[in-house]
Amino acid sequence: MTTDVRERAGKMPLDERSLRGGLAIPGFARIDQRFVPLAVTVSLFVVMAGIGGIRYEGFFSPQVFLNLLIDNAFLCIVAVGMTFVILTGGIDLSVGAVIALTTMVSAQLVERNGASPLWVIPLVLAIGAAFGAAQGYLVQRFRLQPFIVTLAGMFLARGLCYLISTESISITNPVYSSIAQARMPLGGDASISVSAIIAIAVVLAGMWLAQATQFGRTVYAIGGSESSAELMGLPVGATVVRVYMLSGFCAALGGVVMTFYMLSGYSLHAVGLELDAIAAVVIGGTLLRGGVGYVIGTLFGVLILGIIQTLIVFEGTLSSWWTRIAVGALLFAFCLLQRLFEARRPT
Amino acid sequence: MRRLVAHQLFWPAVTLVALIVVSAVANPGFLRIEWVDGHLRGNLIDVLNRAAPLMLVSIGMTLVIAIRGLDISVGAVVAISAAVAALLIGGSMDATAAQQVSRFPLSVAIASALGVAMLCGFWNGLLVVKTGMQPIVATLILMVAGRGIAQLITDGQILTIYYSPYFYIGNGFLAGLPFALFIAAVVAAAVYLALTHTALGLFVRSIGVNPVAARVAGVRSRLITVCLYVFCSFTAGLAGLIVSSNVKSADGNNAGQLLELDAILAVTLGGTSLTGGRFSLAGTIIGALIIQTLTSMIYSIGVPPEVNMVVKAVLVFAVMLLQSGEFRGLILGKIQRSRLPGTMA
Repeated sequence: MTTDVRERAGKMPLDERSLRGGLAIPGFARIDQRFVPLAVTVSLFVVMAGIGGIRYEGFFSPQVFLNLLIDNAFLCIVAVGMTFVILTGGIDLSVGAVIALTTMVSAQLVERNGASPLWVIPLVLAIGAAFGAAQGYLVQRFRLQPFIVTLAGMFLARGLCYLISTESISITNPVYSSIAQARMPLGGDASISVSAIIAIAVVLAGMWLAQATQFGRTVYAIGGSESSAELMGLPVGATVVRVYMLSGFCAALGGVVMTFYMLSGYSLHAVGLELDAIAAVVIGGTLLRGGVGYVIGTLFGVLILGIIQTLIVFEGTLSSWWTRIAVGALLFAFCLLQRLFEARRPT
Repeated sequence: MRRLVAHQLFWPAVTLVALIVVSAVANPGFLRIEWVDGHLRGNLIDVLNRAAPLMLVSIGMTLVIAIRGLDISVGAVVAISAAVAALLIGGSMDATAAQQVSRFPLSVAIASALGVAMLCGFWNGLLVVKTGMQPIVATLILMVAGRGIAQLITDGQILTIYYSPYFYIGNGFLAGLPFALFIAAVVAAAVYLALTHTALGLFVRSIGVNPVAARVAGVRSRLITVCLYVFCSFTAGLAGLIVSSNVKSADGNNAGQLLELDAILAVTLGGTSLTGGRFSLAGTIIGALIIQTLTSMIYSIGVPPEVNMVVKAVLVFAVMLLQSGEFRGLILGKIQRSRLPGTMA
């Protein structure tokens, strides 16, 4: 039912009066207003894809759209974890550094120590989860600001990368290269990589976790009001720690996917990725204040970031730094939109 | 003694002195200062010189944090200001020192760079005040887009500057001391005077302690907030001039990279509370010096520079925990339970 509403909302023109709480256009008012930011995101994606399809030949091929997922698989995975953190009203700046640390530890163990990927991959996932959990514990137990804790975590993880090696370590292990090259055909010429499949699985798992479990409901409750959640008897402390643990785990999984993509470990991998992940979550309609947002929106946020890059590549004459300016402008637009909604909500 | 220990600046100062002592022990030449070619030269002078951009940005950041704000776009503003200055000065490699001409007069280039930086601050302040966005989010926008803008100005390249009068800002000496240090000192003195000899200090404290109460009491908090964001970007613009003049080029992608984090770290180390209200200008300057001394120490005693980030991270964690009431309560509780004399009380 919700998809039905969302699709209809996606085609609806966005009337400013309805945002300001004035007159609502017929049909618009029936949609739960929590879905409106999501609807804006989805329609923005559709519009951008439409513009690309009209302007450039060959844009509307399935592979172009699959590549959005393939090239941004790690961003997608990280952004799902980030969504949960932001839903609780926190933030995690350490994810990019955790990705780099994961690629570095994997490369070091597999290439230089000859370890088997079979236990290296679970090990790095555990390291990521433990790293996140430690940050969550500091945030929760000592009432420290998530921004500062994860900032320090970012320094720590990047620093640990440099301690392992300052140079890039390339990965030649056959397990990694065969996973990197594996493609699942999807009919016609289109195919999809293992990383993209992992990303889709993470998005589905995230949706299930957020919407159908006690953990997910507690996350939304904490974002709505931490003290109310506490008074209701919800396990606030444990949930906050688990949310950061989830984000650390997702970052490590993103790091594993990045080792497939880059086939190397390097301490400068994924510099600034935390900003892209936050941008994707915000553009996906999650409120930075916490409490409102959907994992599926984050997927579309990632796809929008990806399509901006694709459009710039297809255009050919624009330089890469326009991506950053466009992302900044989009962030601005969505933050403004969020403020309009918050101003309207009774508090 | 107890009053001395309880002083806000006690622990930052102890940290700085300890770092200098360790550096001096590890590298006997560390404290030596010589008079060479009409100016002072030595490791300590070098630390002061290199710390100047960070000091400037940290001063601006202190004021923004004091009113419960945060500006994470300063690194991007440094890049923008450097790019504008480099673009307007330009110059060509073929010209000899005597023939060098800047595309626009030096004063115009400097004024434009600072003007653009202040415009960035105005944008940040406006977003915070008018839309009520959280400061992190509002400045995140410029942090993401700013580097793109800087690269747009430099056309994605590293612009090299060929105009020696400009190099004076970052490399010159005045009365034997680095010129950049004078810029930092003038800004610090101006801010200090404004805070102590006008009502500004009171206003800033009151907004930081309770924004609503300050507004109700008639403090023009919105105007002050915008002005402080503009000032913070202004200091970042100055830092951009110093940095670009020092390395004689502007790199849109890497100039001022991670500077926002160092500045926040310097402010925190100096004892300014991130929750607003309680701030210390002197503490911030000590904090900036701690960071630069630490960096120099790590280089000079032969520890691989890679350790730098880990040390910084451990330092932030330690300072953070010491600032947390819960943590102090936990430690105090342990101390009392084991019936040891409480030294922290």
